[in-house]
Amino acid sequence: MARQFTLEGASVLALEKGTDILDGASKGNSAILHTGFDAPTDSVEHACIVAGYQEYLDIRTKLKLPLLETGALVTAWNQSEENLLTGILEKAHINGVADAKILSAKATRSLEPELSSSVNASIHVPREYVIDPWTAPFVYMLQALENGAQLLRNAEVLGGEYEGDAWKIKTSQGIAKGKIVINCAGLYGDKLDEILIGKSSFEIRPRKGQFLVYDKAASQLIDSIILPVPNEITKGVVVCRTAFGNVLVGPTAEEQKSRDDASVTENELLALKAKGEEIIPALADVPITATYAGIRPATQFKDYCIEAFDDKQYISVGGIRSTGLSGALGIAHHVFKQYQAFGKSHAPVSSIAYPIVTPIAQDEKRDWEKAGNEGIVCHCELVTQREIKQALAGEIPAGSLEGLKRRTRVTMGRCQGFYCSAKLSELTQGCFKQPLAKAIKKSSIKKADDK
Amino acid sequence: MTKSALPTHCDVAIIGSGPAGLATATELKRLGIADVIVLERNSEAGGNPRHCGHSPFGMREFKRVYFGPKYAKTLVAKAIESGVGIALNTTVTSFEKGGLLNLSTKQGATQLKAKIVVLSTGIRENPRSARLVTGQRPLGIMTAGALQSMVYLSDNKPFENPVIIGSELVSFSAIATCRHAKIKPVAMIEENARSTAWSFLRLYPKLQGVRFLSNTRLVKIHGKERVTGVSVIDASGEKKQFSCDGVIFTGQFVPEASLARMGHLEIDSKSNGPAVDQFGRCSDPAYFATGNVLRPVETAGWCWKEGVETARNIADSLSDELVGNEKQTSISIKIESSIIKYCVPQRIAMQSSDIQAIQLQIRLTKPAKGRLVISSNSGEIWSKRISGLPERRILLSLSKETVESIMVKGEDLVIEFESFKQ
Repeated sequence: MARQFTLEGASVLALEKGTDILDGASKGNSAILHTGFDAPTDSVEHACIVAGYQEYLDIRTKLKLPLLETGALVTAWNQSEENLLTGILEKAHINGVADAKILSAKATRSLEPELSSSVNASIHVPREYVIDPWTAPFVYMLQALENGAQLLRNAEVLGGEYEGDAWKIKTSQGIAKGKIVINCAGLYGDKLDEILIGKSSFEIRPRKGQFLVYDKAASQLIDSIILPVPNEITKGVVVCRTAFGNVLVGPTAEEQKSRDDASVTENELLALKAKGEEIIPALADVPITATYAGIRPATQFKDYCIEAFDDKQYISVGGIRSTGLSGALGIAHHVFKQYQAFGKSHAPVSSIAYPIVTPIAQDEKRDWEKAGNEGIVCHCELVTQREIKQALAGEIPAGSLEGLKRRTRVTMGRCQGFYCSAKLSELTQGCFKQPLAKAIKKSSIKKADDK
Repeated sequence: MTKSALPTHCDVAIIGSGPAGLATATELKRLGIADVIVLERNSEAGGNPRHCGHSPFGMREFKRVYFGPKYAKTLVAKAIESGVGIALNTTVTSFEKGGLLNLSTKQGATQLKAKIVVLSTGIRENPRSARLVTGQRPLGIMTAGALQSMVYLSDNKPFENPVIIGSELVSFSAIATCRHAKIKPVAMIEENARSTAWSFLRLYPKLQGVRFLSNTRLVKIHGKERVTGVSVIDASGEKKQFSCDGVIFTGQFVPEASLARMGHLEIDSKSNGPAVDQFGRCSDPAYFATGNVLRPVETAGWCWKEGVETARNIADSLSDELVGNEKQTSISIKIESSIIKYCVPQRIAMQSSDIQAIQLQIRLTKPAKGRLVISSNSGEIWSKRISGLPERRILLSLSKETVESIMVKGEDLVIEFESFKQ
C-alpha cells in the first residue's frame, strides 16, 4: 500500500506499532505466490491475487525479488479425495488457471519420485510458485521510502479523529496528520476500526498456524509445492521448499483468543512431523532446523474485508490472510481505485527510484561469494559480517534480533546460533532495545586462558 | 596462512581445526606428506576446546592437564610447528566428487582441489527448535556451546538465572561457565531418573548451589520478548512452574555433517555422521572423516587419537598402499536392535592382504545388560557380554582372526542385542 500510493504521487506516512515492520501476521506466512486457482471465484480476494501475482512477476527482476518456479500438486490420498479433484480442476479453469491438469498416481510420482507411493492422484498447477514472505514486502517498503514515503516504527495508534478535512491521529510517538487513513493493522484491524471510526464491520478471529522447517538437505527431495485436497475449515498441511533452500511443513489451523501468542506446541509439531513424513517418507532422515508459528487475521467472513468510508476519508483493509502475500500488490491497486473514487488524484512519481537490495535467497548470488564480505559469521546460512552490518544500518535498520534474522537469515539455520551467537552478541552491541547479552564485568573474571 | 597463500591444489585438505583435524594434519606432516592445509571457518583455530574454560584436556596427547583454551592453543602451535598451513576465515560451502572444494573467504568465492579431503567438522548441540519445545521465541534460549563462546570468547552474558536442560558432561561444564560469568542457574533438569554423566558429578550442582531435578521434563518456555520462566512436569505427572530468564539446552550432540549431507557422501541415519569404513573412508574414497563428525560425542583426546590414526590411513591411501582404493567392495554392518544407538564404522572394506584387527565403537540408547552378537547369514561370528549405560563409549574389538574370517565369508554383518532377563 505504501509503495503503491507513494508511486502514484501521494505523500505517505506508515505507522507501525512494532519495533520492526512485518512483525505481526506477515512474519508467519507460508510464502507461496498463488495463482488463485482455488480462491473463491469472483471474490475480491481472487481479483487481488490475480493482479498481485502478475505485478510480482513484472517487477521482480528490477527489485531483485526471489522466485522459485516450483509448480504445485494438489494431492489426493484416498478415493473420496480423488473424487473431489475434478471439481477443483473445474474451478481452477474458471479462475483462469488453464494449464492446471489432473495427473495419475504414476504421473504424479514421476514428477515427484520421493512422494509417498500411497498417493492416489493429483492436480498439477504449474504456475504456483514459492517466494519469500520477508524480502518482497520489505522491498516494497524500501521502495516507498526511497520515493518519499515516511515510516514511523514503535508508533502505536492510540486514538484519532476526522476533523472534516483531515485526520488527526494520536500515536505513542505523538500526533500524526493525514488527509485519509488506511487501516492495514492486520491482527488488530477490527480494534483500529473501533478506535478510529467507532465500529468495525468484521471481527478478527486469530487462527494460529505452526510450521516445521527441515534442513536444507530436504530440498533435494521435492520440487513442487505439495498441497492436500482442502476441506471446509483449512487448506491443510503443505510441504514445500523455501526460497532459502529449506523445506517447510505446515501450517496447522488453530483458533485462539490471543492475537500475539505465536507459541509452537510440542504435540502439534509432532503431528506435523508425522504428516510431513507420511507425504515424503524420506523426510524422516532429515533433521529439523526450526519451528515457528504465525497468526492469521481471519474473520467471520471468507473474503477480504475491504471497505471505503467516503464521509470519513477512511479505508479499512481487513481479513487479509495467507493469500495476502500474493495479493498485496493487487490489494494496493484495488484500494488505490477506491481512493480515486473519493475524488483524489496525484501526479505519479516521474522517475521511480529502486532500492539496492542484497539478495538472501538461496538461488541468488550471495554476499559470501563476493570480495570484501568481511567473513562469514553465521555458517549455516552463510551470512557475512558485511550483511549484518548493513542490516543494522540502512534505511530500515533492524531493531531486534528477530528483525536482523529476517533481513539476513542469521541464526536461522540448523545450529540456531550454536556457532555464531557469541560473535553476534558483539556485533549487535548497542543496536537492540532488547540486547542479546551484556558485558561481563572484567574485574570479576578469572582468566581461564592462562592455565 | 594469508589468503593469497591459499593454493589451488594440495595433497590433503582438512576441514575443521579442532583436535581431530589438527591431529590429522600434524601426523600427516610427520609422515612426510607435503601439502597439508587445514581450512577453518572461524577467525581462530582450535575448535570447541577454545571455549571450554575447564579441565581436563590433554592427558592423552600431552600427558598433562590443560584448560580448554590453553589446550587448543597448544594443538595449534604444534600443528604450525610441524609445517601445517591453517587457512582461517575460510569456509567450505560445498564439495564435489573427487575432492574439489568450493570455498568462501573474505575475498569471495574460490576453489581448492585436494587429493584427499578430511572431514573433521566436529559436533554441535541440538538446539531448542529440533527438540520441538513448546513456547514462543523469547531471547535467552541457547545451547551450552553458544553460552561458552559468548562467555569465554566475547566476554558477554545473555542472562542471570537460567535453567539447564540435560545432565551430560557438557551440562556440568555449563554450570562451570555460569560460575565463571557470575550467572546463577536456578535448576538443572534431567528427564531420566539419574544424571547422564558419571554419577559422582551428581553432587556438583548441589555444591554449586544449583537444584538438580531428575525425572523432570521441560514442557513449556514462558515469555515473549525474554524468557520469564519454564513449566516442567515430574514423573508423578505434577506440573510445576518457576521463574528464570534463560534456558540452556545442553548435550544431545549431533555431528556437524551438513557438508556431507548436502554433498554426495552417504550419511548413516544412526550416527548422523558420514558412513565410513575401518579406515575412516567415506563413500567417496577421496573423502575421510575423523573425530566427532563421525558420531556424537567423544572427548577431545579421543578425537585427537582418531585423527592420528586417520592420518596414517591417509598416508597409506596416498601411496596406494591402502587396499581397496580403486574398487571399494565392503561388508556392511547393520544394527538390528533399538538398544544400539549407532556403530562406527558402518562397513568393513575388503582387504586381500595386511588384515588388521578392527575396533567398532557403539553406544546404547538406554541402560542395558545382555549379550552383543555379531552374525552373518552363516551364523554367529562374535559376541560379548556387556552391561552399559547410554552416552558411554563401548568398544568391540574384533581380532585379526575374526576380521579374516569375516572377509573370507564376505557376508554382510548384523549386530544384535540379547537382553538378560532381569
